[in-house]
Amino acid sequence: MSDTSEDRISIRTRLPVFLRRADPAVLTAFGCILLLLFLSSLYSSNFLSLNYLLQQLKVASFLGVVAAGVMVVILLGHIDLSIPWVMTTGAMMACAAAGFGAIGPVIAIPFGILCGTAFGLLNGFGVAYLRIPSMIVTLASNVVAQGLMVVYTGGFSPQDSAPPAVRWLATGFVIPGLPNAILVWVAISAIMVFLFTRTSFGRAVYGIGNSERAAYLSGVDTRRIVMIAFAISGALSAFGGVLLAGYSSKAAQAMGDAYLLPAIAAVVLGGTSILGGRGSYLGTVAGVILITLLQSILSVMQMPEAGRQIVYGVVIIVMLLLYGRTPPNR
Amino acid sequence: MSEWRYWLNEQRGTLMGLAIFLLMFAVYIANHPAGLTANVAQTAANKGVLFAFVAMAQALVVITAGIDLSVGMIFILTNCLASWIVVGEPLPTALGLVAVLAAGMACGAINGLLVIYGRLQPIVATIATGAVYFGLALLLRPFPGGSVNEDVADALTGRLFGVIPSSLVALAAAVVLVWLPFRRSRLGRAAYAAGSSEQAAFMSGVPIRRGKFAAYTLAGLLAAMGGLFLTFFTYTGEAAYASGSGYTLWSIAAVVLGGVSLYGGRGSAVGAIFGAFAARTTGDMLFVFDVDPLWQPLLQGVVLMIAVSIGSLALLRVRNRLDWFQ
Repeated sequence: MSDTSEDRISIRTRLPVFLRRADPAVLTAFGCILLLLFLSSLYSSNFLSLNYLLQQLKVASFLGVVAAGVMVVILLGHIDLSIPWVMTTGAMMACAAAGFGAIGPVIAIPFGILCGTAFGLLNGFGVAYLRIPSMIVTLASNVVAQGLMVVYTGGFSPQDSAPPAVRWLATGFVIPGLPNAILVWVAISAIMVFLFTRTSFGRAVYGIGNSERAAYLSGVDTRRIVMIAFAISGALSAFGGVLLAGYSSKAAQAMGDAYLLPAIAAVVLGGTSILGGRGSYLGTVAGVILITLLQSILSVMQMPEAGRQIVYGVVIIVMLLLYGRTPPNR
Repeated sequence: MSEWRYWLNEQRGTLMGLAIFLLMFAVYIANHPAGLTANVAQTAANKGVLFAFVAMAQALVVITAGIDLSVGMIFILTNCLASWIVVGEPLPTALGLVAVLAAGMACGAINGLLVIYGRLQPIVATIATGAVYFGLALLLRPFPGGSVNEDVADALTGRLFGVIPSSLVALAAAVVLVWLPFRRSRLGRAAYAAGSSEQAAFMSGVPIRRGKFAAYTLAGLLAAMGGLFLTFFTYTGEAAYASGSGYTLWSIAAVVLGGVSLYGGRGSAVGAIFGAFAARTTGDMLFVFDVDPLWQPLLQGVVLMIAVSIGSLALLRVRNRLDWFQ
């Protein structure tokens, strides 16, 4: 045993610093992105055009914003199943607030995010203070959010469309050629990296993910941290929903349904342990890009929905078997 | 001290599930314009049984401290498969039934192999296999359609002797033929042991791998039974994504209502059945109270939220604050 580990160390010392410090899972994920781009370029060279890649990054940014929130919760060792309808709530409430008099357009985006935060706080309260398993409490609040939106819209998709500010945020350009959605994603990513690596909150999140008891005994107010983490997840899901509404220029029922599984899959493919406590934000970015590219390439190749689902599932399983395995039991 | 107190303590979750269901069903029947007639019972049973099979499947996996987010998709896949092959003369129909159940078991076995021998986390592994199973279902039925042997369908969804809903009899048969033998077998004990403490069970030489594998495989079988019944009710196969993910999510809720611990090792599939019927009755209740259908999802959500919050009353008994974090 010791020989192989020494060998591994000697190989590692020969690598450049940035590679030595990188997580193997993150490297594999980025490697898979390159492989995917290479294989698709054999099919058509259009896949490597700047336009196509920017378009993909723009689509990825909606998933990226949502996945950033999901990651905080997964790092704690919990899970958030309320993503779909919290996204929809954020989008619908932002669109609704926009029609609210003169100040409507100004408060639209903050109001949507606020509604998401409220659901996040509800989840966090249930998980942290009532100690209900996160899977079941977020499931219940997903149903509650769905119920509220069904009552609000009267069972139909609302006719009010996304206000101009929201559309501008998702599809406009501050820097010519670079869609704003990508800038939003970059900004949120910067905040998340700062949060994870430079604040006591980030330390506490990793600590709780490893052992909540130990974190509590070290003087961390673990319940408050867990509640804040869920609030962040709710806020970011709602923001993702707002961006999505801007992109498709209206909020619709069930618009978030297609985001729950990809968001969790993106975080896990990026090397974050679903048991919590381990994972880097860069990996989540890689996972988001990987999943968006995969979906896009399959649809460009005009593969029917059935084939897309199968390939999608198989790719996730294969990648997890490559580097997502838990240590054996002995 | 007599034995029954231990038994009562062990079955507390299941009995709670039964109590919740009986209470809700009593309120439902008391307010139903027709009262408890054979027809009302048949309709209630048929709607509940579908859900009960999926909840039982989920319970088997949850007992091993796992989770199966693909049960709803196995349910949909077997529905689509049954709409192709459970047709025609008695012999082909019988072969078709066996093939559908075998397909369900195969799906469950794949989940088990990935989780146990592939050492993947159940949540993500079953999300991925769920996508594959749904893809296969879409491949079988790109558009809703197909048919089923209507004699078998009517026999299994009708009434025995004019009073007993035969779907309930089928559910009871599944409990007696699948759940009880499993519960009493060495593998079943291993599944419970793996759920309550995998390390300790491993150290004691309990066959946890085989126990967990059996649980996942039987979960696939039970989900396939649910899929068959869906075909018997609707006479068609349909690859509906929303329906599959809805059944998956509500199966988790049913399992919790039925007293199965999501941390594993506690509860029984019988409890999950009661949980499923209780959750189903919530939906029907709104109908007898003449609530606007628009409010139905919201009220269901609120009831679910209250039901899961009740469990946290146990926190009041915690003496050592470290017991919060288990």
